[in-house]
Amino acid sequence: MEAINALVLLGNYVIVPGIAYGSQLALAALGVSLIYGILRFSNFAHGDTMAFGAMVAVLLTSLAQSLGISIAPFPTAMLTLPFAIAGTVLLVIAFDFAVYRHFRSIRSSPVVFVIASTGVMFVMQGLIRFIVGPRDRDLGDGARFVVNAREFKAALGLEQGLSIKVSQSLTLGITIIAVLLLFWFLHRTRTGKAMRAFSDNEDLARLSGINPQTVVILAWTLSAALAATAGILYGLDKTFKPIIYFQLLLPTFAAAIVGGLGNPIGALAGGFVVAFSEICITYAFKRFLAYLLPENLEPTGLVQLLSTEYKFAISFFILVVVLLIRPTGIFAGRSS
Amino acid sequence: MKRMLIALLATMLAGAPAAIADDIKIGIILGFTGPIESLTPDMASGAETAIAEVQAAGGLLGGQSVSAVRGDSTCIDSAAASAVAERLITADQVSAIMGADCSGVTGAILQNVARPNGIVMISPSATSPALSTAEDDNLFFRTAPSDARQGQIMADIISERGITEVAVSYVNVDYGKGLADSFQTSFEAGGGTVTLSSPHEDGKADYSAEVATLAAAGGDALVVAGYADSGGKGIIQASLDTGAFDIFVLPDGMRAESLTDAFGSAINGSFGQSPGSENPGAAVLVSMLEEQLDDPSAPFVAESYDAAALLMLAMQAGGSSNSQDLKEHVMAVANAPGEQILPGQLAMALEILAGGGEVDYQGASGVELIEPGEAAGSYRIEEIQDGKWTTLGYR
Repeated sequence: MEAINALVLLGNYVIVPGIAYGSQLALAALGVSLIYGILRFSNFAHGDTMAFGAMVAVLLTSLAQSLGISIAPFPTAMLTLPFAIAGTVLLVIAFDFAVYRHFRSIRSSPVVFVIASTGVMFVMQGLIRFIVGPRDRDLGDGARFVVNAREFKAALGLEQGLSIKVSQSLTLGITIIAVLLLFWFLHRTRTGKAMRAFSDNEDLARLSGINPQTVVILAWTLSAALAATAGILYGLDKTFKPIIYFQLLLPTFAAAIVGGLGNPIGALAGGFVVAFSEICITYAFKRFLAYLLPENLEPTGLVQLLSTEYKFAISFFILVVVLLIRPTGIFAGRSS
Repeated sequence: MKRMLIALLATMLAGAPAAIADDIKIGIILGFTGPIESLTPDMASGAETAIAEVQAAGGLLGGQSVSAVRGDSTCIDSAAASAVAERLITADQVSAIMGADCSGVTGAILQNVARPNGIVMISPSATSPALSTAEDDNLFFRTAPSDARQGQIMADIISERGITEVAVSYVNVDYGKGLADSFQTSFEAGGGTVTLSSPHEDGKADYSAEVATLAAAGGDALVVAGYADSGGKGIIQASLDTGAFDIFVLPDGMRAESLTDAFGSAINGSFGQSPGSENPGAAVLVSMLEEQLDDPSAPFVAESYDAAALLMLAMQAGGSSNSQDLKEHVMAVANAPGEQILPGQLAMALEILAGGGEVDYQGASGVELIEPGEAAGSYRIEEIQDGKWTTLGYR
């Protein structure tokens, strides 16, 4: 019984939130990784691309609510997902035409692209605040829980409850679908193979007749679709507020770099590594150990490695360690 | 045409200073944006009602008109709040300030702007115990009590419910820290246990890590010494999501309709206290503001009315709108002896003072100022029943 309680406790505070947060980071990191693989620069505007997608969902959700459209028990935001993706893709491609195309045509070095993407980031931030303002917006409606902690406790007669939110299970389900689709596209379709070829060796790909413009547009489309999805899922699970997507940039890049920039599997793994590190290192294991250890060994302190204020520092720490020890990441990407 | 314009301009320039000289301005500095932005519009209306009342009674000091100038304290950004106060004093030439609201910015305005310029401030809602001991050249007063008292009351109402173990999450600013500390001292002195007192930052997306830590420490209830429109709400949301806590203790920063609007009956049984009193003045003010505000008994509305009223009565008593003169009279008009004054009776009070008499301003919050210029403190105890704030009593 003690062991089950300990497990449920860990599930409630570490595993379930970790899986949801990890999935969101993985989706975000996949987008960063794709752009790095094809266009060969770190897209700092990715965080605000996520915010833009979530913002479109926020606006359309309130429109749908005022028209009385709902897909309860699912949140209305899920209905707006395709439109949010479409809007974000259009915006990102517009920025490509307005900004990045020029730097490609004069063959600028990657660092110029990075700086340009920082500029794009500021423009996007302004645009988002201009449209919806800087405040919190509630994105979630419909049912809130798949498993409610209180009912779970009562039903199983345990001391600890487990709660699984609708947004958390949606996050996991959509991430699995999105990743499967992405890998099928990259490995099974002709265009996907062309993209991988372009990523491996640009000159060789051009010589084999692959149109670079198509590949670039496709890369932006996929990256924007992933960003919008990640943004909406994060907003549903937590809350929508423009600034938090900018703050997500650091863990996102940490995830992409841990796995190896440009490597989709790496980005996926990196997302979960960063999410679980953040949560495990700031989690207080006092209760958990109290269940498992004999009574006289129960910890008196909180058994917390770092206090929760240092969450962001963990991403930094992971970044520094990976860059020092294995700069190419776990799955040997192309960070050179 | 050109000549006409110049003539027009000249008349305007000549006319303007004369108009300003007669006019007494009172600055209202509250956080119209930021973590308590749902409270401040009502607070400002409270203060402006007092000013309008005096204006309707024929003004101050033998017929000078009084008006309000609003400024945004942001509640959390000391630099922005100081800049706003500086602007009100130098550009708008306010005689005194009704404000600020949150303890951190209030302290900053006091030290950076009010003391160098010698301007009186009466805050309706800054409750940090640290302000009691701050150097203030006798310029700072508050119609809100210090949180040293609120901490004691909160400890009492928790103990009376038979709750002996609580966790505390406080917002990492002067207000939260001050209240959490004074609460912990009182609660432990009364035999209770605080399992963990940990800070949270405002404006984050996700408070699940903070709540996980609090849940690991345990406790029968969670004291949320935060702000209702920001981190405090996030902490409650994450606690409900994970089932970590069911009962929340909600001090004044959390006493907002927006909280019950957001959570409804999910937080039934949670309770807390906010400054308020059952003196007759409270009901009078509520009826005065009924048409204007959705919730005239919202926290700090009465204190705001009283703060503005005290400023004007002190001006009348001293016969001058200069802060250096009026600071000597604030305590005298607020306390006995004298005729007791309720909201709506400001005209009478002005008349008494003009005739050289004395008043004991009671106002809407039962004003009783103790040294060093702060309210003695009366609190309204409330519980959330059926998703609504329900008053249980006063103490």
